[in-house]
Amino acid sequence: MESYFSVLVFFLISASFFSLTTLGLNLQWGFTGLFNVGIVGFYAIGAYTSAILTGPPYPDTLIGGLGLWFPIGFIGAMVTSGLAALIVGFVTLRLREDFLAISTFGIAMSIQLVTLNFESLTRGPNGMYSLPRPLSGLSDSNLVDNILYLILCLAIIGAVYWAFERMVRSPWGRVLRAIREDETAAAALGKNVFAIRLQSFVVGSAVMGLAGAMQANFIGFVSPQDFLPIFTFQVFVMLIVGGSGNNMGALLGGLVVWGLWSFSEQVIGAILPATFNTEAGAVRIVLIGLILALALLYRPEGILREKRIVSREARLS
Amino acid sequence: MAEPMLAVRDVEAGYNPSLPILHGISLEVFEGEIVTVLGPNGAGKSTLIKAIAGLLSVSRGSVKIAGRDITGLETHQLIRERVAYVPQTENVFARLSVEENLALGALHNPDQFTAQRRRVLDLFPDLERLGHLAAGKLSGGQRQMVAVGRALMADPILLMLDEPSAGLSPKLAQVVFSQLIRVKEVGVTILMVEQNARAALKISDRGYVLAEGQEKVHGDAQSLLDNPEVGELYLGAKSRLVRS
Amino acid sequence: MMQFVADGIVSAALIALGAIGISMTYNILRFANFAQGEILTVGAYFALLLVGIMGAGIGAMGPIAFGWPLLLSIVFAMAATSIVVLIVDWLLFRQLRNRNAARITLIMAAFGVSLMGRNIVTLVAGGEPQYYAFFIPKAFEILPGVKLIPDDLAIIAISVIAFAALFTFMTRTSMGRQMRAVAENPTLARVNGIDVRAVIRWTWIIGASLATIAGVLLAHNTQLRPEMGFDMLLPMFAALILGGASNLYGTILGALVIGLTEALAVSFGLAGYRAAITFMVMLAVLLFRPQGLLGEKE
Repeated sequence: MESYFSVLVFFLISASFFSLTTLGLNLQWGFTGLFNVGIVGFYAIGAYTSAILTGPPYPDTLIGGLGLWFPIGFIGAMVTSGLAALIVGFVTLRLREDFLAISTFGIAMSIQLVTLNFESLTRGPNGMYSLPRPLSGLSDSNLVDNILYLILCLAIIGAVYWAFERMVRSPWGRVLRAIREDETAAAALGKNVFAIRLQSFVVGSAVMGLAGAMQANFIGFVSPQDFLPIFTFQVFVMLIVGGSGNNMGALLGGLVVWGLWSFSEQVIGAILPATFNTEAGAVRIVLIGLILALALLYRPEGILREKRIVSREARLS
Repeated sequence: MAEPMLAVRDVEAGYNPSLPILHGISLEVFEGEIVTVLGPNGAGKSTLIKAIAGLLSVSRGSVKIAGRDITGLETHQLIRERVAYVPQTENVFARLSVEENLALGALHNPDQFTAQRRRVLDLFPDLERLGHLAAGKLSGGQRQMVAVGRALMADPILLMLDEPSAGLSPKLAQVVFSQLIRVKEVGVTILMVEQNARAALKISDRGYVLAEGQEKVHGDAQSLLDNPEVGELYLGAKSRLVRS
Repeated sequence: MMQFVADGIVSAALIALGAIGISMTYNILRFANFAQGEILTVGAYFALLLVGIMGAGIGAMGPIAFGWPLLLSIVFAMAATSIVVLIVDWLLFRQLRNRNAARITLIMAAFGVSLMGRNIVTLVAGGEPQYYAFFIPKAFEILPGVKLIPDDLAIIAISVIAFAALFTFMTRTSMGRQMRAVAENPTLARVNGIDVRAVIRWTWIIGASLATIAGVLLAHNTQLRPEMGFDMLLPMFAALILGGASNLYGTILGALVIGLTEALAVSFGLAGYRAAITFMVMLAVLLFRPQGLLGEKE
């Protein structure tokens, strides 16, 4: 029984990294209409930042190995991802949406190339290991450690969710939706469309970086192979399935799609012999692609539809 | 009386099937006529012609060309029925040359290309020297010639025009209208929608006046010009669109 | 030093062949086809299939290390890839178009197709690198300090022929005119009697065929891997955007810039970063000239 429970805890922890990232995407795409196809890039920046800040010193890197306490790693991750988003956004957010998609995609590929090649910072393909896991010294049991980490993850998700829900109901959130629906009208009203989109892009990316840091410190290891385009795709599927424009939908989508993904891993692993590892991975990806295609064709609004949000001030008392 | 070239019966149509703009319009155009559809803004004139052209769905009623039912045909099939349509705006391929625009007009009758091109150039001799220019670089009046020329390349039996004089100076509008008389003379039946009521009626045989998606008055051109009701629909007071 | 120019031109030829398909889909179907890389990959693998079936290797033409067998495989692959592309359009993209899906949805769908395509290729053909044939390329100097292998010249020649054929098609044939008409104004095209669905089919066929040529030549030049086309996606899009998305000449010019930049990066020992560098170049151009080098201002 305990092994099932610990599998469940592990599953929920992994799901929470995805759910948090999906929440970030929901702000960028669901609420602001920014097609960020570079999600994995910001996730990677956060992960590597935390690795550099909290990880042990390695013989072959020039910076890093500071071994700082994990909240610094997490906050640092948010700062660097946010900063990267600021730079990237400044250059690309004025572009049309399809060009924005390609640009963000290119940024993510470039970031991956940097993690692979800039060995004096990231140790290249060898990755950075022995990253400290938060709250891990507090008990003897691995399971309890994991449960504590899960609680930490849920707390962080809860805080971000609460913050986002308040943001979208605020005047700022109103303008955001106005920009998404009719940019020209919003601009005509004197709103600085570009600045507001940039803010949304930066905040969303910072959250993605935070999720990356949370994964890095949980797994204890980061390498360029952990940050591939399939991750971006998975997050989009999660948001589309869960319901774009709905924060709870984002969280739900993360959970549901990660569940399908993990479940399919078990099922396919049981059917195909172990030698077909690559093939098994390929089958799963084909399946998730089919899920996306079906969702786009038959239920593009997702499980939880976008709520008609009436801002606080606009409601009649 | 012979079968009308165009017979529109009780047509209901709009951009949205649940929100019809036209409420049961009927009209007829006989061979060799010029018929003008008039009406104030929002009356549904443009909608009518787009519905006939298959750009909007007709929810009720029928459209027949020389007895053949064309209701519900897709837009690109109309040329085969020899119905040519000149939209009001964006009616030339700006990045293609004048010659290429004309060549496209003869897409479904390529064997007639040379003959039709000759006919169009006889009607619009200016187009010959403009041949290799991109259509988008021409003036408004020249572009209108290309648009009508392109439509004529298909050797249509019915030519439909949406506000052919729109955006043109009164002098140029006059040029367009006199060109349409010559088009009628070579045997093409014309249905047009126009805001410029007086000038259009002057060259028309008959007219229909639409308002709020319904047909209000119809008759031969002179009677419409003399009719005070028509004046009221346009000018808001009982007066006559006096033929000058 | 000038070696990079020669290498860059060869690169550019392949990028351009692939990017033209993206340009046509973008202008006529109005969506950015993120799955274009996989069309190259599928094309290359179909050719591998025929080469294997024929069992006669890939032939040779004088100093060039391929001959009729490979060229025949290319023709077969063009047909097979076009059929696959038409089926995918019919199953997925056309349905989304009919439902008036947003551009973003189409791009998302393409992204999904791209992912699935790579993985289906892995499932069917295996994930390890494969080759049409093994040959030892003999380089010769065409200019002092500039070495090329004969196959590189063949690649450039084939590309030039393909571009010339394409331009003749677009300017001199009825279907070419129709495609340009639809790219500019689909409604007016329909009014003019153009069957837009037929134009769309031709768009896919031509784009896929050119991409197949690119894929086979690329695979011959390097190797066959399921990721091979995907690795070209960024350079192809960069070429398109940098050159000016609305203009086929722009795409070729853009491909030249990207190809030369990549080769230059490699010559400075930055091979690992070359995709990132070309991407930065594209962004830099976009900052100062958002419509691309030969594009029209909106």
